[in-house]
Amino acid sequence: MGIIVSLGAVLAIMVVAWIGGSISGLQPIFGVLVPYAAFAVFLVGFCRKVVDWAKSPVPFRIPTTAGQEVSLPWIKSAKLDNPSTTAGVIGRMFLEVFCFRSLFRNTRADLRSGYLYYSPSKWLWLFAIGFHYAFLIIALRHLRLFVHPIPGFVETLDAVDGMFQIGIPPIYLTDLLFVGAVTALLCRRLFLSKVRFISLPADYFPLFLLLGIGITGLLMRFVFRVDIVSVKQLANGLASLHPTVPDNIGSIFFVHVALVSTLFAYFPFSKLMHMGGVFMSPTRNLANTNRMERHENPWWTPPKFHTYAEYEDMYRDLMKEAGLPLERE
Amino acid sequence: MAKELTPQEMLRIDLSPPTQDWMDIPVEIKPGIYCYPAKPEKLEIVGMPNPHEWNPLDEDWNLPEGWKETFLEGMRERLDKHRTFKIFMDICVRCGACADKCHFFLGSGDPKNMPVVRGELIRSVYRGEFTKAGQILGRLAGGRKLTEDVLKEIWSYMFQCTECRRCSLFCPYGIDTAEITIIGRELLNLLGLNINWIQEPVANCYETGNHLGLLPHTFVQNIEFLLMDIEEYVGVKIEPSFNRKGAEILFITPSGDVFAEPGIYTLMGYLMIFEHIGLDYTWSTYACEGGNFGFFTSLEMAQRLNAKMYHEAERLGVKWILGGECGHMWRVVHQYMNTFNKPVPTMEEPVSPITGTKFENAKSLKMVHMSEFTADLIKHGKLNLDPSRNDHYKVTFHDSCNPSRGMGMFEEPRYVIKNVCNHFYEMPENTIREQTFCCGSGSGLNAGENMELRLRGGLPRANAAKYVHEKYGVNMLANVCAIDRAVLPASMEYWCPDMQVAGVSELVANALIMEGEGPRTMNLRGEEIPGMAPAEEESEGTEDV
Repeated sequence: MGIIVSLGAVLAIMVVAWIGGSISGLQPIFGVLVPYAAFAVFLVGFCRKVVDWAKSPVPFRIPTTAGQEVSLPWIKSAKLDNPSTTAGVIGRMFLEVFCFRSLFRNTRADLRSGYLYYSPSKWLWLFAIGFHYAFLIIALRHLRLFVHPIPGFVETLDAVDGMFQIGIPPIYLTDLLFVGAVTALLCRRLFLSKVRFISLPADYFPLFLLLGIGITGLLMRFVFRVDIVSVKQLANGLASLHPTVPDNIGSIFFVHVALVSTLFAYFPFSKLMHMGGVFMSPTRNLANTNRMERHENPWWTPPKFHTYAEYEDMYRDLMKEAGLPLERE
Repeated sequence: MAKELTPQEMLRIDLSPPTQDWMDIPVEIKPGIYCYPAKPEKLEIVGMPNPHEWNPLDEDWNLPEGWKETFLEGMRERLDKHRTFKIFMDICVRCGACADKCHFFLGSGDPKNMPVVRGELIRSVYRGEFTKAGQILGRLAGGRKLTEDVLKEIWSYMFQCTECRRCSLFCPYGIDTAEITIIGRELLNLLGLNINWIQEPVANCYETGNHLGLLPHTFVQNIEFLLMDIEEYVGVKIEPSFNRKGAEILFITPSGDVFAEPGIYTLMGYLMIFEHIGLDYTWSTYACEGGNFGFFTSLEMAQRLNAKMYHEAERLGVKWILGGECGHMWRVVHQYMNTFNKPVPTMEEPVSPITGTKFENAKSLKMVHMSEFTADLIKHGKLNLDPSRNDHYKVTFHDSCNPSRGMGMFEEPRYVIKNVCNHFYEMPENTIREQTFCCGSGSGLNAGENMELRLRGGLPRANAAKYVHEKYGVNMLANVCAIDRAVLPASMEYWCPDMQVAGVSELVANALIMEGEGPRTMNLRGEEIPGMAPAEEESEGTEDV
């Protein structure tokens, strides 16, 4: 059900945008209003969510320790997997955010004739990191449409990414990687029984959305060629807050823009917020200094416990009999 | 039920979930899996809310008036108090990396034991009751309303999680199911829905100071029995002190070690090691519980039980606290105690009186782990050891969940074992250290009535033990956890019958050459040590008495 609904929703957005984009009177809506609104929702929503998280305190220091602690001087501690310094935490977070360290640990367990076998399983890591980096580079490459003059590093990215000149225009490696990785992530959900079992519409929807974005992007480049000068004019206008809608952009462009806008607007209300959350996860971003430094809990209250005096009052005779020292005879 | 299933039958596990939507699979409370409910009077002793009679197998759980509001209000409060909870409700992408990391899933194949689903049980309520999308779109947005059936499902699976954190290690965002279970159990406790195996020890611990409810004189007597055993097997008379003011160090260990095999041998080990080095320390009958089952009800209850340690340390005027071998004790001590309590001004930064080593890593909390302490003693040559006395043991080390993923203590116990045993073998790398598997009965799930659950959850650990047993002839599963010592024997008997279980300090004491000791022909268990018959004694070079 989740699959059909999610796919249906993405297709509906595409159809609406296609029709809207082909009616020139509606183009300012799909080319200017929708992207602006979506971006605004994204910015405001993202910030609100992060602020909302930050409002909840971190009452306890509970890092997941994935390596040797700092203890005796002759025992080598795991500075990144069990950091005890800020530098170590930064290193750990760098590995998490840029290398997907925890996901890289992944194993698969199989039960065969009474024995459990564990083997490294890097596919999820590979698809995930492939997708994220491809997406990042594609997003950076798109700066050439928005920024004038085009920054040098964008030119470089473009050149490297398009170095395999297969036909004209050159195909970008990241485009292939993006579509391939998203497809692979989708296939996991469709065909691996465990992942299918846990998948919700909220898991399929962003994947179909991303796939739609990738495919419409490729279509614009290779099939329904859009007028790149007009696209650039529109994008530049958006970025400089002087939006104009040139009249000769193909409808496919508006479909692409509508999908990207949907992604932006949907982002703050979805699991995609893991982008912000990964930085704030207390099991990863805290140093294991628990016994070295006191960690304050802002809502700390003194414990109501059974004091020694109460204990002695309760068991004085028994304690006396056992020859235990007493505070009061 | 477990006892009726042979291991072969138990091993018929299908790890492929059905194609059904998990929300459509009704909850089933099964004998052998669930634990008996908390008795109302055990909740009353500590003043926990809504004590009432109920039975998980009944249709009607006698839920208190307004239970739904209580639960949801509790959720809202905890979302505001714990950033972890809030973030973990929002950012799970259901990638599935955690799915096959849980020992309960691997041992049962129950797909709701995949950590991600355990979290989703509560996340779905969060979405359905707290987010706009979930309130409007319902299931389409992954949301559910909190109904009695949903509550029962949450109860069932919050008590099928041992808070071991193995899944959290593999989560790309560090989502910690233990944190979700801790808060989930807190919410259930608001409604009086605890299990008795947890609540009774909590009530006991609150009043008597220990989970078992040993009264002061019984606590002392139990230790005296063990002293008699030491005298018989080792030939050394030890006279420890109790509740002694002015001692340098207060020693606290889980009460399980005072009471039952094989934990008592570990405790005999502590006594012998301290005697050997002439440590100025005392036991307390008031703070005589290292473990903290309060941690399995609510963080507040954990704090209330934990407070006794510092309270007693201050009263006795000790400089610092030495803590025995225990898993969840060290999760609480290492990650919570320094926040639960205000510092005690009379205590000092821990320094080993024997070696002079400053335990810099414990300078603020002032509490040191037995394995850290022992490793330092051995490194400085302060223990006179004859590891050959452990030659009949081929030893492997089971990393307990909490000292592993809530502390990171991996090398200290290994260093100790390798110095007191000549035959040490590691289990496969995906089953030890930070990837270690739970014993299957942690977080208060070590009851008798849920034996099938325990054996299923114990499978991955036992399976790895069986592997080294068959490959190297390993026959001793060493550990630093009282729950391990209490529950692994049953798990091993079922899955790997020739495997014994011991605390690390027991192995140390076996190897310890004590001043004035008699011929060591027996180990601490009162068993003949092979090859240590009296005739061979002199060739071993041990002191002849």
